[in-house]
Amino acid sequence: MNASGCLDALIAPDVARGLDTFVTKTVTPEPRAGNPPTRIAEIEFGMLNSIGLANPGREAFIAETLPRLASTIDIPIWVSVGGFCARDYVETCEQLARDDVACIELNLSCPNVDEAPESAAEIVAACRAATANPLYAKLSAHSSDLGETVRAVESAGADGISLINTLRGVALDAQLAPRLARGAGGYSGPALKPVALGAVLAARRATQLPIVGMGGMQSGRDVLELIACGATHAALGTVLFADPDAPARIRAELTDECARAGFASPADAFGVALGNVANLAN
Amino acid sequence: MSKPRRERRSVTGVEAVGPYALVRVGRGGLDKGAPGQFFMLEAPGHVLPRPMSLCLAPRGELGFLVDPVGPGTRALAALRPGDRLHIFGPLGNGFRVDVPRPLLVGGGIGIAPLPFLADALPSAPALLGFRSAHHAEAALLVRNAEVVIDPVLVTDAMPPGHDVLACGPEPMLEAIRAISPSAQLAWEAPMACGYGACYGCVVEVEGELKRLCVEGPVLCFS
Repeated sequence: MNASGCLDALIAPDVARGLDTFVTKTVTPEPRAGNPPTRIAEIEFGMLNSIGLANPGREAFIAETLPRLASTIDIPIWVSVGGFCARDYVETCEQLARDDVACIELNLSCPNVDEAPESAAEIVAACRAATANPLYAKLSAHSSDLGETVRAVESAGADGISLINTLRGVALDAQLAPRLARGAGGYSGPALKPVALGAVLAARRATQLPIVGMGGMQSGRDVLELIACGATHAALGTVLFADPDAPARIRAELTDECARAGFASPADAFGVALGNVANLAN
Repeated sequence: MSKPRRERRSVTGVEAVGPYALVRVGRGGLDKGAPGQFFMLEAPGHVLPRPMSLCLAPRGELGFLVDPVGPGTRALAALRPGDRLHIFGPLGNGFRVDVPRPLLVGGGIGIAPLPFLADALPSAPALLGFRSAHHAEAALLVRNAEVVIDPVLVTDAMPPGHDVLACGPEPMLEAIRAISPSAQLAWEAPMACGYGACYGCVVEVEGELKRLCVEGPVLCFS
């Protein structure tokens, strides 16, 4: 699957069709034009973005975008839901009770917009009461005790966990001014891989729920390591920007990497790193 | 419109043109597209490719004019014949060439798409602005070109009554738009993907955000 925000299946349906699942860009209650330019900057080992959840708003999304998506691609569609308070999330979840929504991923960790005042678990609990759809909580690696957060959102009714979102960062130009108009942005790309592996491992120690792992995935080897840390799904983000053929390439590489490492299938590598990485704090 | 493809191609030549580098690669199965369209070029050692409009399309090759101003463009300008890189394109919307009185206007590295555009409009006059005589050496790439050098601006020298097709820095494009509201203008912004995935390459024109890779890079406002 793709990481939310990293693909528009209506503009690039052929790229989406290479995935097992398509995750939409985050939908907010009102339309958002997004942040002013400059929105992206390549930096060492990755990139910063401050797109700012540009989206048509939930009314237009449900009336126009979702039906078009459903008729364009025939893979399950996960809808990423964002908001600025628990009520925003709840109302969008209520309106997404539709057959063409396979899952709702609550974006509880966008570094580019103001956060809701409620905790991740409070938002998950409120949405759980509002929808029968599968609910995934997309968490940040910034959490001081990720295992505790994972246990809390599980108790609140989450069906799965998505990890990690981009990390907040700043890049400066030659004159020491921020390169992004908004100042800070979300850091993504290969540098995030060890952070993603560490977060997935910590989450896997805290829960038996499915985990969508993402962050810095560039190759089949990266995905194999993610699975070994306990991810049940892998999502591609920044790599899709540089290589729209990445889904097929990484799938083929994963098969080769499994064989090289002595696994008959990726499922056989699930969680094997947990036993090898002892006493991992958080 | 031709379908974009991504291929790994070999560099066939790199020439200095004033302060710029003209990087030629084998065309392979890639379509040259329309003037003003662009390609994403893998920048060796970098996470993201760089968007470059097609400058020249000699038989069997694609040529890109690169201004080595940052780490990615310096990596591209440092390519050597035989080096291989991924190229994805053609992407975006190019210039409409079915205009009665075309005038090509370019500023600095913004002249990059004009040689290929001039192939499609062989009798169109061209007006190019540069910041120095060294930069103006690149004017040799555009046939029929009149050259102005800072402090003279292209807008000081633009003859009236033409259909302007322009590419250059944002202040130049805004100044041209003020004189010639129907001008076709090729804009530039940092881009991550080039194919509509990232929503990163917006420019703000008249209070509206335009995604250059799918709505541009050539925009026309009237």
